[in-house]
Amino acid sequence: MKNVQNQKRANKSLPFFFRDEFKVSLVIILISVALLITTFTFDIVPPILNRGIQPATFPKALLVLIIVMTMLIYYLATKNPWKVEKKLPRSFFLTLSSFVIFVIVSKTLDFFLAISALSIFVSYCWGEKRLFYLLLVGIIFPIIVFIFFETILGLRFPPGIITNIYYS
Amino acid sequence: MDNLLLILAPLFSSKLLLVLFFGTLFGLILGVLPGLGPTTGGALILPFTMTLDPLSAIVLLTSIYCAGTYGGAITAVLINTPGTPAAAATCLDGYPLAQKGEAGRALGMATVSSTVGGIFSVVILVFFAPILAQLAYEFGQPEYFALAIFGLTMLASIGEGSPIKNLIAGAFGILISTVGKDFMTSIDRFTFGINELTEGIGFIPVVVGLFAMSEMLTQSTLINQVFNRIALKAIKLPSKDDYKKTWKTILRSSGIGSFIGVLPAEGGTVASLIGYSEAKRFSKNPEEFGKGSIEGIAGAEAANNAATGGAMVPTLALGIPGSATTAVILTGLIIHGVRPGPDLFREQPDFLYGIFGAMLIANILFFIFGFFGAKLFARITLVPNKILWPMIFAVSVCGTYSLNQSIIDVWIMLFFGVLGFFMRRYGFSVVPVIIGLILGELVEGTLRQSLVIFDGNWLMFFTRPIALTFFILSLIALAFPLIRSRKIKKNND
Repeated sequence: MKNVQNQKRANKSLPFFFRDEFKVSLVIILISVALLITTFTFDIVPPILNRGIQPATFPKALLVLIIVMTMLIYYLATKNPWKVEKKLPRSFFLTLSSFVIFVIVSKTLDFFLAISALSIFVSYCWGEKRLFYLLLVGIIFPIIVFIFFETILGLRFPPGIITNIYYS
Repeated sequence: MDNLLLILAPLFSSKLLLVLFFGTLFGLILGVLPGLGPTTGGALILPFTMTLDPLSAIVLLTSIYCAGTYGGAITAVLINTPGTPAAAATCLDGYPLAQKGEAGRALGMATVSSTVGGIFSVVILVFFAPILAQLAYEFGQPEYFALAIFGLTMLASIGEGSPIKNLIAGAFGILISTVGKDFMTSIDRFTFGINELTEGIGFIPVVVGLFAMSEMLTQSTLINQVFNRIALKAIKLPSKDDYKKTWKTILRSSGIGSFIGVLPAEGGTVASLIGYSEAKRFSKNPEEFGKGSIEGIAGAEAANNAATGGAMVPTLALGIPGSATTAVILTGLIIHGVRPGPDLFREQPDFLYGIFGAMLIANILFFIFGFFGAKLFARITLVPNKILWPMIFAVSVCGTYSLNQSIIDVWIMLFFGVLGFFMRRYGFSVVPVIIGLILGELVEGTLRQSLVIFDGNWLMFFTRPIALTFFILSLIALAFPLIRSRKIKKNND
C-alpha cells in the first residue's frame, strides 16, 4: 500500500504530458476520433432499407461514449494519479520485435520457418542457452504441431520454402 | 427422471468419458501453471474443438473450466502464486499453512471444498437454468437489448479494476463486433478496403490474442521472477475436526459462489474474495485468517468452484456469459452453431443435460486427480517459461490459422496480443472486450429491431416492464461502485 502511494506520488511529480494517464487517454481519444471520422464515410442507406437507425449511428454512439468515458478517467486521474509502471525490460522488447519478425518471415519466406525462428529467438532471449532445449522448442515441437494439424485436422499450411518441400 | 437419465448419459458414452478425462487433466495442468488458467487454455483449445461434435467440444471446454479453477489452488498453496486469478484468496491462508508443514492438509481442504462447491453449483445449474430459460420466453427484442445492457453494466459494478476502464473495454469489444458488413444492410463498416475484414473479426484471433499472446508478453517481463516452492509429500483428507470447523463455511461459500456466478459478466475471482471475507466474518477465530486458517481456504475454494456452475446459468439460458471462461465457452457454442437461450432447452435437452452431467463428473474427476496426483501436478510448475511459452506460441498460431486458414487471422491475433498487454499494464481488463465482442451483435441487433418495432420512439423501451427492470438494475450496477468507494472512504476516515 505504502509502495503504491509512493509510486503515485512519483507520478504526480511528473509534468502532465509525461504521465501515463495523459498518454493513455490521448491515444484512446485520438484513435476514437479517427474512427469517428471514418464512420462519416459509411454509406447512407435509403429510408426504405433503413431499419431503425443508419449503420453508422451505432458505432458513432459507441465512439462518443468511449471518448466521454476516457475524458472522465483522465479527470479522475488528475485527482488520484495512476501509479507509475516499471520500465519494460529488454526481454519484452525482444519478444515484441519477434512478433514483427514473425509477420515478416511468415509473409515473405515460410510460415513454419517463422514459428521455428520465433520460438528459438524467444527461448534464447528469455535465457535458454542449452542447444537441445532450443532445438526442442524451435524444431521438434513445431514439427509435432505441424504434423498434428496437417494430418489430424487436415490443415493445409500456406506455401513457403519449407512447406513447399514438404508438400512436394 | 428423464432429465436425471440425461445427466448421467456422459457416463455411458466412452467418447465423452475420454473427452472428460483429457479435459479434466488438461484443465488441471492449465490451472497449475501461473499465467495460463482455464480462460487462456479454453481459448487455446477452441480451434481444436472444431474436429469434435458440439457436445464433446463443450464438454471438453467445461471440464477444463471446472478442473482449471481448482488447479489454481495447488500453485496458490505451494508457491504462493495463484495459478488462476480465482485462487488469489487461497494464497492468503494456503501458503502460510504450507509453510507450517501442512501443505497436504491445505490442499486436502482445497480439494474437498472445491469439489463440494462445484457439485453444489451444478445442482443450482440444473434447477435454475431451465427456470431462467422459461422466463426468457417472455423476452422480446427490447428485453434482450435491456438484458445485454445489464450484462455490460455489471462489468462496472463487480468486475476487477476500475469500473470506467471496464466499461471502455466493453464498449471497445462491441465496437470490434461492428467491423465488417452490417448484418442488416450489408454496408461495409471499418473494413478499410481489406477484403478479409468484410466478414468481421473472428472470435478466436481476438480471444487467443487477448488472453494467450498478451500473457506471453507479460511473462516476458517476469523472466527473472523466482518462486519459493514448498515440497508436497502427499495430500491429506481433512480431519473430523477440520470438517466440523468448515462445513458451514463450505456450504455458505458454495451458495455465495453460485449466486455471484449467476450474475452476468463475473465469476470465480470475485466469488472467492467474497467467500473468503464472509468466512472470516462468520468465523469464531477471525484472527487466524491470513496466518493459515483452514476456514479461509475452504471459504475461498468452495466459492470459486461454485461460481463455475453459477456462471453457466446465464450463459446457457440467455446467451450472456457469466464469467471470462464462460465467454470462451459461449464462443465455442457459437462456432459450433449452437445458439444458447430458451429454445436450446426445448429443442436439445439431451445436449444441455449432457453438459450438466459432464460438469458433475468433471468435479468428481478433479477430486480424484487432485487427491492422487497433486504432487505430480505441482511439479509441472517446474517447466520453465522459456520452454513453455514458445511452445504455447506455436500452438496459438497454428490453432488460430486453422479455423479459416487465414494468415490475416494470425496477424489479428498478434495485434490483439500487443493491445491486450498494454491494456492490462494500464489497468484495463481484457475480459470486458471479449464480453463486448460476444454481446455486440445482440446489443446492436436488438436495439435496431426494437426501434423498428417502436417506430423509432426510444421512450417505448420504458413501457416494457421487464426491459424497464433491467434498465433500473443497470443503473444500480453503475451506481454501485460509486456507493462502494464512498463507503470505503467513509470507513477509512
